[in-house]
Amino acid sequence: MIDVLYFAWVRERIGLAREQVDTNAATVADLVAELRAREERYDLAFSDLSALRVAVDQDLTDFDAPLSGAREVAFFPPMTGG
Amino acid sequence: MRIVVQQIPFDLGAEANAFAAGRTDMGAIVTFSGVVRDDPAHPLRQMVIEHYPGMTEKALEKIATEAQARWSLGDVLVIHRFGPMQPGEMIMMVATAAPHRRDAFEAAEYLMDYLKSRAPFWKKEQGVEGENWVAAKDEDEDALTRW
Repeated sequence: MIDVLYFAWVRERIGLAREQVDTNAATVADLVAELRAREERYDLAFSDLSALRVAVDQDLTDFDAPLSGAREVAFFPPMTGG
Repeated sequence: MRIVVQQIPFDLGAEANAFAAGRTDMGAIVTFSGVVRDDPAHPLRQMVIEHYPGMTEKALEKIATEAQARWSLGDVLVIHRFGPMQPGEMIMMVATAAPHRRDAFEAAEYLMDYLKSRAPFWKKEQGVEGENWVAAKDEDEDALTRW
């Protein structure tokens, strides 16, 4: 089980802030493919990966990052702090 | 180093004074504060800032630690708010203390550049004409290349 978190418009588009996902996905990209296959709202939220960022266990990473041992994956748009 | 992520407002003057107090070896204190800006062409009702609890604090600590490694600093303070804010309210502040001003200025700029696009905050503007998530700017990402 992995905790999957969504922020900002990704959260709004999917309609959830977090969920537990039962997955054997090897990489973030594999997890994205599984989520997209679920329902249209996921498919739409992940349709342009260049507009998204991902963090694994609260560290920014890439979509080809491995998920072995990961507890938490978060998807969000580019950050706008400051 | 002090990193604070909070919903409630902070007092810039009190924070700056407390930050500067108690050291006699720091010749320069730089503070920067970011304020919710209204736009007369598109009036803003409020800004709502979302963040990623846990990662936010980690990311800010990492950025501040890197600043301390790059410049000769006595101390670093970062305060960043989340939640709803009105135009004119302060969103965040950074303060740097250094023996000399160049280190204090550059470190403050570095903190701001990284905080903009590497700390997990997202701004939503709610105006009289509707609401929208503030898009990240290419120039904010480009700003990181100078460091």
